[in-house]
Amino acid sequence: MTIGVIKVARPRKMSFPESLYLVEIVKGLGVTMGHMLSNIVRQEGIKTIEYPEVRREMPPRFRGRHRLMKREDGTPRCVACYCCATACPAKCITIVAGESPDPGVEKYPVRFDIDMLRCVFCGMCVEACPCDAIRMDTGWFTPPDDTREKLIFTIDTLLEK
Amino acid sequence: MPTLTINGMIVDVPAGTTIINAAEKIGIEIPRYCYHPKLSVAGNCRMCLVEVEKFPKLQTACSTVVNDGMVVRTDTEKVRKAVTGVLELMLIHHPIDCPICDQAGECGLQNYYMKFGLHKSRYDLEDKVHKKKVQDIGGQIVLDAERCILCSRCVRFLTEVTGTQELHFFNRGDHSEISIFPGRPLDNNYTGNLADICPVGALTSKDFRFKCRVWFLKVFDSICTGCSKGCNVDAHHKGDILYRLKPRWNDAVNQAWMCDFGRLTYKEMNEARLLTPFVREEGARKVAAWGSLLPDVAFRLKAAAEKGGTDRVAVIASPQSSNEELYLLRRLATERLGTSNLAFTHRVAGDGFADGFLIQADKNPNSRGAQLLGIPDGAAFDALVSKIAGGGIDALLVFGNVLGPLSEEETAALLAKVPFVAQVGTNEGPVSKAANAVLPSASVAERGGTFTSHVGRVQRFRFGFPARGKAKNPIEILVSLGNRLGAGWDFAGEASVFKAIAGTEAPFAGMSYDSIGMFGQEIKG
Repeated sequence: MTIGVIKVARPRKMSFPESLYLVEIVKGLGVTMGHMLSNIVRQEGIKTIEYPEVRREMPPRFRGRHRLMKREDGTPRCVACYCCATACPAKCITIVAGESPDPGVEKYPVRFDIDMLRCVFCGMCVEACPCDAIRMDTGWFTPPDDTREKLIFTIDTLLEK
Repeated sequence: MPTLTINGMIVDVPAGTTIINAAEKIGIEIPRYCYHPKLSVAGNCRMCLVEVEKFPKLQTACSTVVNDGMVVRTDTEKVRKAVTGVLELMLIHHPIDCPICDQAGECGLQNYYMKFGLHKSRYDLEDKVHKKKVQDIGGQIVLDAERCILCSRCVRFLTEVTGTQELHFFNRGDHSEISIFPGRPLDNNYTGNLADICPVGALTSKDFRFKCRVWFLKVFDSICTGCSKGCNVDAHHKGDILYRLKPRWNDAVNQAWMCDFGRLTYKEMNEARLLTPFVREEGARKVAAWGSLLPDVAFRLKAAAEKGGTDRVAVIASPQSSNEELYLLRRLATERLGTSNLAFTHRVAGDGFADGFLIQADKNPNSRGAQLLGIPDGAAFDALVSKIAGGGIDALLVFGNVLGPLSEEETAALLAKVPFVAQVGTNEGPVSKAANAVLPSASVAERGGTFTSHVGRVQRFRFGFPARGKAKNPIEILVSLGNRLGAGWDFAGEASVFKAIAGTEAPFAGMSYDSIGMFGQEIKG
C-alpha cells in the first residue's frame, strides 16, 4: 500500500570538518567582534540601553501602570462606583466604598487595590471610569518586586504617581 | 368579560381591569413609575400613556379601565414621543449621580432611559434645581430629594399600608420634593419597603448603603427566619456573603412587603458563624475532624443510653430547623436513642411584640412545624430543663444556638450539669460556649428545606451557595449520626426526607416539593 505515504528527504550527513563547527565558531566570533568594534567607533547606533538609569521613550498611548487622580483639594477623584472593577476582565481591582465626611462627595473608596500581578493592562478600567479618576499614562511598566504583597498596589501607592 | 385589542393582539380580561394589567397579561410592557399593583392608582407620572381609539388624547394605562371592543396601541410614534417627553421632563433636574447611587443597576430611570429615552439633554447643568441630598429620615432609609421623580409611591405606601403618613410633598413646581415634617422621622416597622418601592434612587436602604453594587448580586428564593410569619424573601448574595433580603411577592403571606427586623436577619448568616467542628477539653477549644467527631458523638450518646438507661439521654430541638431536620431528629431521638426526653422551646424576643400584620411574637420560623411533627414544647421543655438542672441527664444533643429564653449564664449553668453536650448550630452563642462537642451547621442560605409558618403554610427555602468553612448540612449530620446508631437511612438531601414526611406524617400527607411550589401550601385541617 503506497497510497498516502510521503517520502521525506532526510538531512544530509555532515562531513567531518563540518561536524567540528570550527569554521562556524570563527564566523560567529567575527560577527560579535564586528559589532564590538563598530560600537566603539559609532556609539549612537547602539541598540541596548542602560536600564534603569536610561528609560526608553514610550509611545503616547502606551498603557502603563495605573495612577489615581486627585481633586484640587487632594482627595481622590474616585467615587467608588465600581465601574472599573465591573469592566476589568482580570478581576484585579478590589474596591471598598465608604461614606465620605464631605456630603458633597458622599461616596469614596476606603480601599482601592489593584493586583498588578493579575492586571492584563487592557485599559478597560480607564475606559469605564465616569470621573476620569484612573489613568494608565504613567508611561512605565510595573517594576519588579520580591513579594506578591508588594505588587498589590493600594490606594496610597496609586495616588502617589 | 370585555375583549379588547392591544397592539393587534386580542385579550379577554375580567371587567374592571386596567389597560396596564391587560397588557401585562399578554406580555406587553407599558413603562410605569407611580403605578404599583399593591397600592392605589395615582396616575401622576404619565409614563404609561397609550393611544386608545376614539379617545382624542393619550390615556394613562394604569387608570383607564378596559371596555369591550377597545383598541389600544402602545407602539405608535405618538406614544413613543409622549413617553420620551415625559422621561425628559423627569430627568431635567435629575442630578445624574449614578456612580454614587445605590439604585444604579436596578433604577427605573436608567432602564427606561435606555429603552424609551436616549435623548440629549436640552437643559444646562447650571440651571438644575438642587435639593437636599443624603437626608437621614429615620428607619432604614436615606432620602435624596434631588433624585426623586415625585411618583408618590412612598406617600401612598405610608398612607395605605402602614397608615403612619410620615412623608409628604412640599413646595411647588420645580421645587416640589418629598420630605418628612421637621422632627418627625419615619416611625414604623416597615420602612425598608420604601427603598424597594421607590423606582429611582431617592429612597435607598441605610443598611445596604455602599455595601455592594447590585449587578454583582445573585438571587435565590428563601424564607425569612425572623418570625413565624414565614415572609417570602429574595436573598441577594455575592459569593458566600449575603447582602440583603427583599420581599418576594406572595399574596397569601406577605404580599409585597416585609418588616425591618426581618430585613436584617441576614446578618447572622454572615457574622459569628461556627465554621469548624471542635471539642472542648478542659475549657479549651480543640479543632476536631468530622470523620472522628461524628462517630464520637454517636458513641457518647449511645453509651450514655446503655449505661444509665435511655431516660438519661435528652435531645433539645430547635424551631429554627426545617421540617426535614426536625423529622429526622425526632426519629433519631425516639427510634435510635429510645428516649422520650425530646422538646423544643419558642424564642419570644423582648416584650413579645406582634402587630397583626407581618410581625409575630414567636421569633422562630418553624415552631408550628415542630409541633406538627410531634415534638412537644411548653411544659415538656420546662420539665426537661428541670430534669437537666437536677442532674438527671448524662448526654444531651442540642440543636440551635440558644436555649429559648434562657440567658447566657442560665444556659452555661444548665449545660454544666450534663457531662456530655453536643451541639449542632450555625452561630457562636450561649450553647456553643458551653457545649463539649460543636458540629457546625449550614445556615438557611446554605441549605434547602421547608418551614411551616404559624398558620400552617409549608414553604420552601432554597439552597443559595455552598456552606462556609467546614459547616455541614444538618440533614447530612443527622443521617450520619442516625446511621452510626444503626438506623440504616439512605436519605440524600432534603427532597428525599420530605418524601418520607409526606408518606408518614398526617399533616403533611400528600404534599410534595412540586405541590408546594414557589408560594407554599397549607397543611390539611
